[in-house]
Amino acid sequence: MPPTPLVRTRINGQSVEIAAPAERILLDLLREDLNLTGTKRGCDLGTCGCCTVLIDGRPTLSCLTLAHGASGREVTTIEGLSPASGLSPVQRAFVEHGATQCGFCTPGFIVSATALLRDHPHPTRDEVVEAIAGNLCRCTGYTKIIEAILAASAGA
Amino acid sequence: MAAAPPPPSYRLLGGRIPYVEGPLKVTGRAEYTDDIKRPGMLVGRLLRSPFAHARIRSIDVSAAREIPGVFAILTGDRYPTPFGVLPITHDETAIAVDKARYIGDIVAAVAARDERTAERAMAAIRVDYEPLPEHTDPRSGLVKVVEPIHARGLNGSNIQKEVVQHFGDVDAAFAQAAASVRVRANFAGVTHAFTEPMATIAESTPDGRLTVTSSTQVPHYLHRSLSEVLGIPMHRIRVIKPEVGGGFGGKSDPLPHEIACAALALETGRPVKVLFDREDVFLTNHGRHPTQNEIRIAADADGHLLAYDLEAVIEGGAWSSFGTVTTYYNGVFAMGPYRVPNFRYRGRRVYTNRPPNGAMRAHGGTNVRYAIEVALDELAEQLKIDPAELRRRNALAPHSTTISQFRITSTSFLQCLDASTGRSGFAEKLRRLPYGHGVGLGCGFYISGSNSPIHFTPKMPQCTVHLKVDMDGGIAVHCMQADIGQGSNTLLAAIVAEVLGVDLVRVHVQRVDSDVSPVDLGSYSSRVTFMMGNAARQAAERLRDQLLAAAAEITGYPADQFVVGLERYEVAHRPNVGVTFEAALEKAMERGGALLASGSYTTPPMGGTYKGARAGTSPAYSFAAYVAQVEVDVETGVYHVEKVWAAFDCGRPLNRLAVEGQIEGSIHMGLGQLMGESMNYRGARLLNPSLLEYKIPMPQQMPEVEVLLVGEDDPEGPFGAKEAGEGPLVATLPAVANALYDAIGVRFYDLPITPDKVVRGIERRRTEGRGWKGVD
Repeated sequence: MPPTPLVRTRINGQSVEIAAPAERILLDLLREDLNLTGTKRGCDLGTCGCCTVLIDGRPTLSCLTLAHGASGREVTTIEGLSPASGLSPVQRAFVEHGATQCGFCTPGFIVSATALLRDHPHPTRDEVVEAIAGNLCRCTGYTKIIEAILAASAGA
Repeated sequence: MAAAPPPPSYRLLGGRIPYVEGPLKVTGRAEYTDDIKRPGMLVGRLLRSPFAHARIRSIDVSAAREIPGVFAILTGDRYPTPFGVLPITHDETAIAVDKARYIGDIVAAVAARDERTAERAMAAIRVDYEPLPEHTDPRSGLVKVVEPIHARGLNGSNIQKEVVQHFGDVDAAFAQAAASVRVRANFAGVTHAFTEPMATIAESTPDGRLTVTSSTQVPHYLHRSLSEVLGIPMHRIRVIKPEVGGGFGGKSDPLPHEIACAALALETGRPVKVLFDREDVFLTNHGRHPTQNEIRIAADADGHLLAYDLEAVIEGGAWSSFGTVTTYYNGVFAMGPYRVPNFRYRGRRVYTNRPPNGAMRAHGGTNVRYAIEVALDELAEQLKIDPAELRRRNALAPHSTTISQFRITSTSFLQCLDASTGRSGFAEKLRRLPYGHGVGLGCGFYISGSNSPIHFTPKMPQCTVHLKVDMDGGIAVHCMQADIGQGSNTLLAAIVAEVLGVDLVRVHVQRVDSDVSPVDLGSYSSRVTFMMGNAARQAAERLRDQLLAAAAEITGYPADQFVVGLERYEVAHRPNVGVTFEAALEKAMERGGALLASGSYTTPPMGGTYKGARAGTSPAYSFAAYVAQVEVDVETGVYHVEKVWAAFDCGRPLNRLAVEGQIEGSIHMGLGQLMGESMNYRGARLLNPSLLEYKIPMPQQMPEVEVLLVGEDDPEGPFGAKEAGEGPLVATLPAVANALYDAIGVRFYDLPITPDKVVRGIERRRTEGRGWKGVD
């Protein structure tokens, strides 16, 4: 049998070299192999957005991305967006505005919102809605999530 | 020890309190079941039946067992004891014993070293099925059938439960009525669609303990079911609930996979994890029952209600689950928010060979509420009375009793009506907005917890809270209440901090662990704020009294003269005489070390004595009046709910952030059921078991929501509070449906109301030559 090929990538700023079969999904690589469990598994089908990470800065569904697809690229997970102490402005706004309920979708929303505010520091409400359209939340009705993102942008 | 008089307003409670676990959730640090790994952990997988109804002649696992890396394979004969959430309807098994009863029923469980090996083992299991007649139509299950799904079906039929209630004289009331309406409404099944798929980790250790960690909203019932089925005393089983990614009722039954996972752990001696994929979640379902509700309402010429005559045929799916309760609730939740002097109800829940239905947010109260509120809109039109006025004339009075002997205490229903109709300009808009635009009113009524605990006598507390404070000055709070995202940990911490006068950061709500958490019955029936809140308040007051006694000892002033300040206890009117929390704690600990306090909540005696009298009794009820405004594209049938004015009576809201969140989330979930969600079947097969095909509303579909909290303090609720977790859903659906009628003149009695039905409704009205708002 040929040796299991290596994924060579950068994850949250650190170089990572890890053997992974060709069919390994990025989500499994993160959660199972690297113990980065902040990225959540909600549907395995690209429908819920819980597994959203940034690849070269773009929000990407890690459940639909092969681990080898991340080779040579920069992956940022929720862990990479979280300061060593305290919270990022988006995270703080989510807490203050009650934008988390069960919290399972939250990391995906934080990733999507962070990317939005990086590219558009002062989005309109419609732009916020558009940016999170790939993330499902069953608890909040999105109301407080949208409020939180707008509040974070106002503070930026 | 006399306690200090309660302050007229509170430091924390009533404000906007961010969730205490929020920082963990926004950083991905909150720990859910699937985030946990145990050394040597095996993968547990479940083989599901491809047949809707089949006798299991035999299962050959010999080839599967030979596969390297397979540790155990279990079939139904190993743990055949039936279980279920209700003690009177134990008809589920961890693994199917003699028959498979729906496509997805578990027929074998595998533990293997990894997923791929488990998959190979499942493929190697040979099941010899004998297909049986499939039952997919609840109506044809009302009579004796060939091969009923369960032997316990009523008289050889598939009826799981029949409820008949009659109070007063309904026929006489209809005979003298000036007006009456009749509505037949049909509701597709919907499901919870929480984001976290179920997961369970079980571990049996050489000390004779079994530890089960699970994404459950009712740890205590899981604990009982594990004990019953596995034949292990409860004290040898430990149940842990980590963070749970939403439940909405879908994680409130003890579920077969949880028991099967524990059985695999016992069999292998290794930790085993069962993790669901999304299809597993859909097949496990336990969602809102598909129902057919027939409603007849009689009124006098002034619109005073004279009688309700209700009937419901409820599709149960393969098991009982909460179904007996569902069957009662489709009737008894019609007892409010209006006074109904004569009442008749017949409800039948029927087994089918489809995934089981169970409890989903506003369980049993949503569909019947829709039918009633739309029927009342018809009645108002018939009598030419403003729909809000009609409701006002029939409002249940505070401190009254329904004909079913439900005890009503606080109600701010009239204030809800005034608030939502006033803020929305309902009277000025109704029938006056242009064609395609409309407003509608829908109201709600729900329980603040069931008065009757499911597994023991109502004389036992439904909730106990333990507090411990030691030299570190941190307050550990133990309680089995299940935070599933609704914010109950935050409320628990805030109540303790409020009563003790300490900073919220001192209070640490502990993870639910049956070894140390005193029993609370968990997150269902909207019981947590009311019951846990009262228990927490009592525990905290008992702890506070110990601290005040110490403060008295230090200062020489009597304890009953102290008031609670921030981190400080001081003598009333002498604020310079006081001691800090820490000084009082240190003094108090001289008596015996760390301080402990316990509080509990037991529901008061209430209700009638007739059969089924407990169903629907609650220590308090919530009330709602919502106005919705819609815009309909009359060419495509696509409609948008522009705004909902949501007036809600939850007594005193204790955490406005959480109450708003519950109302906004409830509106989202209610809109989902109204606008498009549907468990679609072809025969017995679920056609849309994914979030791609089962679509919950997107952010674009969410209306603006104006939350109007107008409740007055409830006399028995903690700090005056009542529930806000489920009641906020029910008014949503009829408010929008009545707004659609106002917009286009079409009534809808078949949910969900999809654009094709809207277009057909508009066309029908056009063909019949009945214009609306000047458009024909």
